[in-house]
Amino acid sequence: MQKDQDQILNEVTSGEYKFGFYTDIEHDSIAKGLNEEVIRLISGKKDEPDFMLEFRLKAYRHWLTMKMPEWAHLKIPEINYQDQIYYSAPVQKAKLESLDEVDPQLLETFNKLGIPLEEQKHLAGVAVDAVMDSVSVKTTFKETLAELGIIFCSFSEAVREYPDLVRKYMGSVVPYTDNYFAALNSAVFSDGSFCYIPKGVRCPMELSTYFRINAANTGQFERTLIVAEDKSYVSYLEGCTAPMRDENQLHAAIVEIVAMENAEVKYATVQNWYPGNKEGKGGIYNFVTKRGICKGDNSRISWTQIETGSAITWKYPSVILRGHNSTGEFYSVAVTNNHQQADTGTKMIHIGKNTKSIIVSKGISAGVSNNSYRGLVKVLRGAGNARNFSQCDSLLLGDKCGAHTFPYIESANHSAIIEHEATTSKIGEDQIFYCNQRGISTEDAIGLIINGYAKEVLNKLPMEFAVEAQKLLQISLEGSVG
Amino acid sequence: MLVIKDLKVSIDGEEILKGINLEVRAGELHAIMGPNGSGKSTLASVLAGRELYEVTSGKVTYKDQDLLEKSPEERAKEGLFLGFQYPIEIPGVSMVNFMKTAINEMRKHRGEEPLSASEFLKKMREKKDLVEISSSLTNRSVNEGFSGGEKKKNEIFQMAMLEPDLAILDETDSGLDIDALRIVARGVNNLKSPHNATIVITHYQRLLDYIVPDFVHVLYNGRIVKSGGKELALLLEEKGYEWINAEEVNQ
Amino acid sequence: MSTITENISLKEQFLELYRNKSGEIAANSAPLMNALRDNAIGKLEKLGFPDRKKEDYLYADINSVFRQDLEKSFGEQKINFNIREIFHCDVPHLDTSLLLLVNGRFYNNGQELRELPGGVIAGSMKQAAKDYPEIVEKHYGRYSGNSKDGLVALNTAFAQDGIFVYAPPGVRSEKPVQIVNIMISDTGQMAQHRNLFIEGEDAGLNIVVCDHSLSAHRFLTNSVNEVFAGERAQINLTRIQNEHNGSTQITHSYSHQEAGSHLASNIISLHGGFIRNNVFVKMNGEHAENHSMGLYLADKNQYIDNFVFIDHSSPNCFSNQLYKGVLDDTALGAFTGRILVERDAQKTNAYQSNNSILMTDDARMYSRPQLEIYADDVKCSHGSTLGQLDEDALFYMRSRGINHREARLLLMFAFAHDVIKNIRVKALRERIDHLVNKRLRGELSRCNNCAMQCG
Repeated sequence: MQKDQDQILNEVTSGEYKFGFYTDIEHDSIAKGLNEEVIRLISGKKDEPDFMLEFRLKAYRHWLTMKMPEWAHLKIPEINYQDQIYYSAPVQKAKLESLDEVDPQLLETFNKLGIPLEEQKHLAGVAVDAVMDSVSVKTTFKETLAELGIIFCSFSEAVREYPDLVRKYMGSVVPYTDNYFAALNSAVFSDGSFCYIPKGVRCPMELSTYFRINAANTGQFERTLIVAEDKSYVSYLEGCTAPMRDENQLHAAIVEIVAMENAEVKYATVQNWYPGNKEGKGGIYNFVTKRGICKGDNSRISWTQIETGSAITWKYPSVILRGHNSTGEFYSVAVTNNHQQADTGTKMIHIGKNTKSIIVSKGISAGVSNNSYRGLVKVLRGAGNARNFSQCDSLLLGDKCGAHTFPYIESANHSAIIEHEATTSKIGEDQIFYCNQRGISTEDAIGLIINGYAKEVLNKLPMEFAVEAQKLLQISLEGSVG
Repeated sequence: MLVIKDLKVSIDGEEILKGINLEVRAGELHAIMGPNGSGKSTLASVLAGRELYEVTSGKVTYKDQDLLEKSPEERAKEGLFLGFQYPIEIPGVSMVNFMKTAINEMRKHRGEEPLSASEFLKKMREKKDLVEISSSLTNRSVNEGFSGGEKKKNEIFQMAMLEPDLAILDETDSGLDIDALRIVARGVNNLKSPHNATIVITHYQRLLDYIVPDFVHVLYNGRIVKSGGKELALLLEEKGYEWINAEEVNQ
Repeated sequence: MSTITENISLKEQFLELYRNKSGEIAANSAPLMNALRDNAIGKLEKLGFPDRKKEDYLYADINSVFRQDLEKSFGEQKINFNIREIFHCDVPHLDTSLLLLVNGRFYNNGQELRELPGGVIAGSMKQAAKDYPEIVEKHYGRYSGNSKDGLVALNTAFAQDGIFVYAPPGVRSEKPVQIVNIMISDTGQMAQHRNLFIEGEDAGLNIVVCDHSLSAHRFLTNSVNEVFAGERAQINLTRIQNEHNGSTQITHSYSHQEAGSHLASNIISLHGGFIRNNVFVKMNGEHAENHSMGLYLADKNQYIDNFVFIDHSSPNCFSNQLYKGVLDDTALGAFTGRILVERDAQKTNAYQSNNSILMTDDARMYSRPQLEIYADDVKCSHGSTLGQLDEDALFYMRSRGINHREARLLLMFAFAHDVIKNIRVKALRERIDHLVNKRLRGELSRCNNCAMQCG
């Protein structure tokens, strides 16, 4: 019985990465290396206004004074920052009728990823900004959204078209001094998405950005900024994949969210960067700073993440609860298999009165991976009646992986109530037996149990994504369960 | 003893009690009946002083004093007892310590000397027998790990210990089997005297087979829509609350 | 003196002190203890003093307590008063074998080391290192030796004496060994003592440690306790920390548990200025059981920090941590608990719970309950709550006529009793209940015959 289980576990978790292909397209790349000249070059290629270049240079000079953070429960091999390409754009070869058209080869690439860029083919109700390497390829439904006053475009376009908005909000939630990777991103970021929802507008469709790394030796440094004015609402999705390669590639992104009075922003990520092979070779190093601020009263920001990819993940989507009665939420499923390492969690900073936060984290470890939850709940003196509830569960599949929980709970207000619970478990043999007895195979039982375990979080995803995420969970764990 | 005049109560801006009038004199036993959500438990909680509720208008006098001005413990010391629908578990606080503190607070309020340990234990033994509560329960923490029936018996035991002038029993019968119900009823009947009064709040007529009320009131949608003698309870049992509903519509 | 040293790092100051005093330190100690000093000072040089950049000391300002102007003496201690006249433990019905430590040195009452009825040997650490070298050598410095904490190295380099308790195999002693650790001086003092408690197979010990400050000067103690529990041994350790606001107490406890052993420790922090307790436990054999508990009551600007690390390196062990506390005024509390389950430690059951109540908006609490798990067939859970007293419970009590203040006290007392009820020595448990009750009522919770006005 045990042996069978081990075998099935092994089969279930040895699934192959489905998005590992490479598109052979010409790239306009700059030389390897990082210095002020490279930064000027990137800024020049993007035709940026002076304030952007200054911002980049300030960030770069600050980055030089910083050190890689070492507190995470991760073994990070030394990264040679001079051995990376910091700008690479696919060259669209075919003769295009208009600027809005996309090279068929690129269309094909995104089709293969399940992201059709022709609006009529696309899932109704989802607008996409497709980013490959350092540039945005296409943003769909831009015009439809513009009718409502919603701005949804690539970050580069926003810098050119809406410099005042960018200037006002960029770096206001994640300053370039925030941490090592934020400083690096601020210096060299290439593209990303920009989204502005005006006062009182409920965005009628899901907005999404799809990030694809294609070129070799290239780092991806995107930056996303979402501003939701008073009483507005938007739901945002993010997906990402990369080709299978033996060498590691660097990804250091920033996402900033600003929610004004009564605004609500939901941000969901399905992170599926190439995780490396079974022996731990290759894979993306994923160092991401995501943070939102509930600036206005009664505002709400919710992060949902399904983390299945990347060789190393270092990521803490956070919410600063400044407005009174504001709410921050974090729902996470993080899966690590083979040699993957993840140190992920959240920070909830309670500043305003009656602020609430909810943290639900489900870690699943398999293979020889290590999976850590790290989260800070901080209640400042003025945050009367603040409430937090955290639930952090870990599931271990196999006896060679690790599952860790590192919460930090800090309170300076006597009326605050903070509760943290965590459990660690494996799939019970009695659970499997019970399923078997009802005619369910062990493999299906494990899938069932894992999806049941992650359900609380999967339920927070928009429908189309939830189905994808469920499949992804199974694929990520294929061959690992027992 | 208790006079409620046009009492209106809201919670989070929603009006639950929409003008209650009720008078209870010493020696009387009143039953308040009504369907779920009619405001029965709200009334009980407001009378005991739960701060969750906002009294928007009306007056409640108890022993010729304004009841609503008093803190929950002042009301208790004046002899008002609430039997909780869901008695609270207090881990770590022993029943003995809990009751001793409560009784001596009341004695102090009345200008009496605190009970000595032996007097207190004697009293506990007497009352325990009355409600057939086992010693093991009183040796544990307050309500912790008690079954539903044990919790309710414990409420009656506390009532016996504290000898209130006005006892309000909020759904004390719910969740009780027939034996526990008899014990609870016997406790209530034994404690009844010409000097005290009881308000029994219940959903079912069942309890009233054992505790015979002098008056029955039907609370519906925040108002007392019907009052009468014990026969009203039987009528309700027979016709159901739908009947009240229909009557209300007809009016 | 302090003006000159301000710009020199603490580490440099103590390395210098060691260079100047190593001869005197060694002369007033024992060869076995001296043997580890040079290595320890090398470690200190490498590790330095912990600062707040280190995750383990995130909230503790070690630097400023060590920078106080304190006398460090290594020669023979002159005590010109009769300790027994000043100090008399008044816990009723507590029949103990009493051992005294004064300013970190064993207080010699005519006998450095004695055999207690039943065969337990107890007394001066220094003397034991001379009289029982083969036992001491096997254990001294073994369990704290891998520490990455500069303060442990500091203690190993400077400690000259302390308490030694040895229960030979099969010796079970019900009568508690009581260690009273007194700080008394007419100047500020730093003391670094070293205790070693050893239990052979099937042995049993009850040990009570009481920390007191008996004069109104600034004190700092940096002590290391090593505990060895042989197979199936049972040990109950209770520590009552009751020092004044001007005192600093840093304790490091390293327990090593063999198969089937059972160790229960309770740290009751009633009063003190700056308290940091490091508790390390290694579950080195199967079916060992550990209960580490603590209660902290802090007010004014006191700081109480408990750091607990349970290392499950063997399968089938059980551990349970429970730390609870109440923080009033501008007090600051911290708790870090870590459960490490190593790869082969299957069937581990490990639990951890930290609950704190903040009484004011100026009090703060930092809690870090952590799990680090490398085995899959385990049951581990932790929980942390931070908040206030249960409003429903308060109302229920008030509805029974108990006034608000009394209801709060009853709840707080119940909250604290959760920890106290685990103390196995009945007389002590009752006494601590009483002291905690008084402490929560804001009355002085010192022992009656103690001359010190705590607070």
